[in-house]
Amino acid sequence: MKIRIKFSKQGQMRFIGHLDIMRFFQKAIRRAGIDINYSEGFSPHQKMSFASPLGVGLISTGEYFDIEADSAKSSEESLRLLNSVSVDGIEITGFRRLPDDAKNCMASIAACDYNLYVSSEENPITQDIIDDFLSKENILITKKTKKSEKEIDLKPFIYELSVKDNIISMKVAAGSVNNIKPEVVIDAICSLYHISEVRGIYERAEMYANIGTDENPKLVTLESLGDIIE
Amino acid sequence: MRKLALDDDILLTIEKPARYIGNEYNMVKKDPQNVDIRFCMAFPDVYEIGMSHLGIQILYNMFNEWNDVYCERVYSPWTDLDKIMREKNIKLFALETQDPIKDFDFLGITLQYEMCYTNVLQILELSDIPLYAKDRGEDDPIVIGGGPCTYNPEPIADFFDMFYIGEGETKYRELLDLYKENKKNGGSRLDFLKMAAGISCIYVPQFYDIEYNEDQTVKSITPNVNCAPAKVKKDIVLDMSVSTYPKKPLVPFIKITQDRVVLEIQRGCIRGCRFCQAGTVYRPVREKDVEALKETAREMLKNTGYEEISLSSLSSSDYSSLPELVNFLIDEFKEKHVNISLPSLRIDAFSLDVMSKVQDIKKSSLTFAPEAGSQRMRNVINKGLTEENILNGSMMAFRAGWNKVKLYFMLGLPFETVEDNEAIMDLCELIAEEYYTIPKQERNGKVNITASTSFFIPKPFTPFQWASMCTKDQFIGKAKIVKDKMNTLLNKKSIKYNWHEADLSELEGLLARGDRRLSSTILAAYRNGCIYDSWSECFKYDMWCKAIEDTNVDMDFYITRERNTDELFPWDVLDIGVSKSFLIREWNNAKEGKVTPNCKMQCSGCGAASFQGGICFENQN
Repeated sequence: MKIRIKFSKQGQMRFIGHLDIMRFFQKAIRRAGIDINYSEGFSPHQKMSFASPLGVGLISTGEYFDIEADSAKSSEESLRLLNSVSVDGIEITGFRRLPDDAKNCMASIAACDYNLYVSSEENPITQDIIDDFLSKENILITKKTKKSEKEIDLKPFIYELSVKDNIISMKVAAGSVNNIKPEVVIDAICSLYHISEVRGIYERAEMYANIGTDENPKLVTLESLGDIIE
Repeated sequence: MRKLALDDDILLTIEKPARYIGNEYNMVKKDPQNVDIRFCMAFPDVYEIGMSHLGIQILYNMFNEWNDVYCERVYSPWTDLDKIMREKNIKLFALETQDPIKDFDFLGITLQYEMCYTNVLQILELSDIPLYAKDRGEDDPIVIGGGPCTYNPEPIADFFDMFYIGEGETKYRELLDLYKENKKNGGSRLDFLKMAAGISCIYVPQFYDIEYNEDQTVKSITPNVNCAPAKVKKDIVLDMSVSTYPKKPLVPFIKITQDRVVLEIQRGCIRGCRFCQAGTVYRPVREKDVEALKETAREMLKNTGYEEISLSSLSSSDYSSLPELVNFLIDEFKEKHVNISLPSLRIDAFSLDVMSKVQDIKKSSLTFAPEAGSQRMRNVINKGLTEENILNGSMMAFRAGWNKVKLYFMLGLPFETVEDNEAIMDLCELIAEEYYTIPKQERNGKVNITASTSFFIPKPFTPFQWASMCTKDQFIGKAKIVKDKMNTLLNKKSIKYNWHEADLSELEGLLARGDRRLSSTILAAYRNGCIYDSWSECFKYDMWCKAIEDTNVDMDFYITRERNTDELFPWDVLDIGVSKSFLIREWNNAKEGKVTPNCKMQCSGCGAASFQGGICFENQN
């Protein structure tokens, strides 16, 4: 059976990189006695796949990975077991069974919510700036890759953007095709409105799949694609 | 959540911030307010190395089982953070509470290899603890050293308040109780040192005066206070079945060198190789109970989630219940996807059978450590491995499908000749010839033989402690002889030869048999910027040479000079149980190429029986 696991990463755990988080869960799954499947061969590995790597320095309330298992206890019991073998700063918040034909989380992801908790007393990005920014027809930025630089329009990939006091929130495109990092949006605002720097902590709040069409998207959380195991 | 000692900007700039934030699974959390003693255990190397060390895990677990003690950890900050800490004047801190080391009662530093000594100074300096013990005040932690290098602690004696000689499980409770008692009585630091010196295995260097002869050798080592014994005696665990062991070891986030469950199966070694310090200082051999080991393995795997378990001992093949233990591990855990790693196994029918079950034959290689190429030389070093053993073992393995062989040798051993050096390659050639006697259709492609040599460094408390060590150039010359010989071989294309640089070996030789006068040399090297000397990317040979020159060290005196058996050594203040007369007898046997039987075959009266335990008493009935 396919199982989707949701977790949060808080506080000091934001200094632990993606590969090490994967290694952490490989061991935590064994400690918790989750009946995970292994691949064949001389060095079998757990069947586990993560939705999207979270950069070092970010916190999150909406991280996901999928596993394959032969059997599973109830969602409630599994969460209790996993959290009893976790560390401060990593909390497992979801454990749901996916339909057998479900796409894995990495292939499903279409959008992410991010928050930026601005650390300076006064947030230089005001409501007026956000309003003006969103009213632009297109927002051209230069995207640098290892090989080349190309100009892209950020606008169609920003689905929501708002500010409340010191928290800037956004919903942006994610996934393998158009993955927008929150810093890119903030940098675009800064360069347009001549703001030197916005310091703070980025948080990934949630990940979404699109169960609608490209023209008429319908975003739902990755978690909601699974069912609670009774 | 606790506050980290390093701010976010620093943590996001440096390499692997996980080295400095603690919070690993199984990390012990206590309220420092509720304990009497705060102990910080240090490994003077980078986190990934230090975290792989079993000894610290054992002591961390033992200390934290005691309600009145909170034991935390610290490792050397890597060079990137080292620089930032100096620039910003950040004090070194413990991983658990992130509190400054300076606030602790004890700083325990494990000394696993000589080339970590500059890192010891780094830890002291970044902690803001005076480098010299004599300069420390009432508020500074007691700096205590342990581990193999304490078998000659003299080169770093001035930097330590005390050394614990032997296995930490036995006398720490007594030491910490004395500390508490002294604190309660309002006693001073000096009062405590004097009380501690009364424990038979505690060596307090400042309580000993060293006098030197005109020829620079040690004339006398004399206690200067009544409480310090003339000799400090190593202490060991006698009953391994009740000895404490970490059932819940720390599980790091980042990959470390030994990233697996480590199951210690025995201490000591029966073999008595004459170059090997571990072979004498850990005597007598003490085995652990196989049933208890099975239970420990089960618990540790459950408590960590590790997918690999490794057996630890100096010579696993000599553990009497090895087949039972290994078969249990395979039966019990192979299904649960636990890899079983079996280092230091002698190649024989049993080990090949086991290895074929736990490893991929195509990828793995056979390992032999003949240490010397000729039988004559192997008799000199008392390495009980014959050419026949090696060739038979190889042939058995080749027939079972292996085609890679690794061989380890030493160069620069006492009484070694050019022929002995060349014999290394003769042996490789014989193994290759053996392989090609197998019909082509039955063998697995080409044979791959890798021979590696390290340079022999005489160590204290070994039969070779009197031996002359080669100079750097002599070492390189010997490596060249081996290399040239290889090029004359018929099967040279099947053989690969590796050797190390000799710079580091030379310094290790200096420090291994050094005396108290070398502390200024180590400090000078540290002041010249030497740190992480065992890391090739950090090692500054020229800066060490400058320190040696500036402090007027006569390298020949320490390195190439052959010692007389009546010389008093700097480390003779210690009693490791194995007697000097036994070591002299072994040194003479080496000269004659005479082999001494191992402890299981026959007792050779080394003196370790004085501990009243272990193998010395098991075989008497």
